[in-house]
Amino acid sequence: MTAIAVLRMRDLFAVVMLSGIYSLLSASLFLDLDAVDVAFTEAAVGAGISTLLMLASLKLVGRFENKSRYRPGLALGIVLVTGALLVYGTLDMPHFGLAEAPVHLHVAPRYINDSMAEIGVPNIVTSILASYRGYDTLGETLVIFTAGIGVMSLLLVSRQTKEEYYKKVPADMQQQIILRVVVKILLPLILLFALYVQFHGDYGPGGGFQAGVIFAAGIILYTMLFGLGNSQRLFKRRTMELLTATGVLIYAGVGVACMFMGGNFLDYSVLRHDPVHGQHLGILLVELGVGITVAAVMIVIFFKFTWRTVKHRYK
Amino acid sequence: MYALTAVTLLMVMSLALTRAFMGPTLYDRILAVNNFGTKTVLLLAIIDFMAGRPDFLDIAIVYALINFISIIGVLRFFEYAGNSAAGEEN
Amino acid sequence: MELALDILSWFCLVMGSFFCLTGGVGLLRFPDFFTRIHSASLTDTLGASLILIGLVLQAGWGIVSAKLVLILIFSLLAGTTASHAMAKAALKSGLEPHKNDKKEESSGGPASKPSLT
Repeated sequence: MTAIAVLRMRDLFAVVMLSGIYSLLSASLFLDLDAVDVAFTEAAVGAGISTLLMLASLKLVGRFENKSRYRPGLALGIVLVTGALLVYGTLDMPHFGLAEAPVHLHVAPRYINDSMAEIGVPNIVTSILASYRGYDTLGETLVIFTAGIGVMSLLLVSRQTKEEYYKKVPADMQQQIILRVVVKILLPLILLFALYVQFHGDYGPGGGFQAGVIFAAGIILYTMLFGLGNSQRLFKRRTMELLTATGVLIYAGVGVACMFMGGNFLDYSVLRHDPVHGQHLGILLVELGVGITVAAVMIVIFFKFTWRTVKHRYK
Repeated sequence: MYALTAVTLLMVMSLALTRAFMGPTLYDRILAVNNFGTKTVLLLAIIDFMAGRPDFLDIAIVYALINFISIIGVLRFFEYAGNSAAGEEN
Repeated sequence: MELALDILSWFCLVMGSFFCLTGGVGLLRFPDFFTRIHSASLTDTLGASLILIGLVLQAGWGIVSAKLVLILIFSLLAGTTASHAMAKAALKSGLEPHKNDKKEESSGGPASKPSLT
């Protein structure tokens, strides 16, 4: 129902809020299905970062949607036909949750039974994500990296804009004293919590993606209240752009190092003297790479959007 | 014991949602959404105790954080871009 | 000892949910935005603290209590600051408090002319 409301409304701000609520509802659905890690990521990304980034872009675009200039009849027809074909294709699949489906007979029991012995990490989700399906996770990280590159190349910011901005810091930010003090107290705790989620991903819900998102959310909070100038002094543009690539480099580098040590690509067992320890080290490094890339890309995207807004306002 | 608190929290959340739909000004709606978020955090903590798994508390902390940051973001958005839009409602 | 802890945490949970409920009812029935902030955030903070203290009493010593105390401190700090920020933003954009005069130009609710100071 929220999705239908999102489609029909013209007021883009309400659409953003409704998408946040939609993400929250799907996060509770995932919790209900006992998938804690997915709920974690959905709550952090969908209800948090997506709302913030879309609000940042709304500042540029304007609050209300223009009237559409063409009638979408043909597009609607194509979408309906494709959707119907896809649904027809899934009619052959076993029912949701059927006990004799192949995924329950072969794939899941193998992971659940052997994960502790082969990898030794209590959180099975992390072991599947980082080790059994590590190649897929490398692909996901690359997708995030590509999104970051896309934004970086599309929204170029000139040096001249920055110099003009640094001269006129908005005066009303000085008035928000209570918020600034509270955020100064809270920010180290938020960043520390991000690190905790990163390294606790082996034992509880967590891992690289969630940690990167929480870190980026903390920095976005700081930027909103203290201005872009202060934030950029801490997180220089060049460093952030390099960091987006560094995370992916760490991930792929671990894979290549495994090849040098004699195993396959991303086969962590050969990293140390003992396969289980090798898996631990591999998972640690790989999650670190994912966390660095996700945090850096979110921060870079937010900075680029905000610089664009500044350029429009101070010209 | 937990069930009673959970049911009460759900009732409060539906009251807050009513205010979010009804509220004449924009700030009423922001207030209602903030309240909804805080009650969600409490509901998550209670559900965690009802189900007996201590893992959900991390999600409660994250959601409290997200709620706070989103409200601050929305307020900054309206401060800068929507001074004329603040009094409008749909 | 166990029974005393149980009774105490029962009491805290029930009182906490009662306060949250009154806060929610106040959110619906008060006439103006600024009064609604009062009801929502004051009772919200108190109710949340009581509920979380009740849960801490149930959980005993350990990491679960530490995390609950963390949620409590964060909720206290963030909740109050958020309501302060909302009130300040509403005031700055021209929302007038509800005046109980019989004049016809005073009104609660929608802002008349936002002032950019």
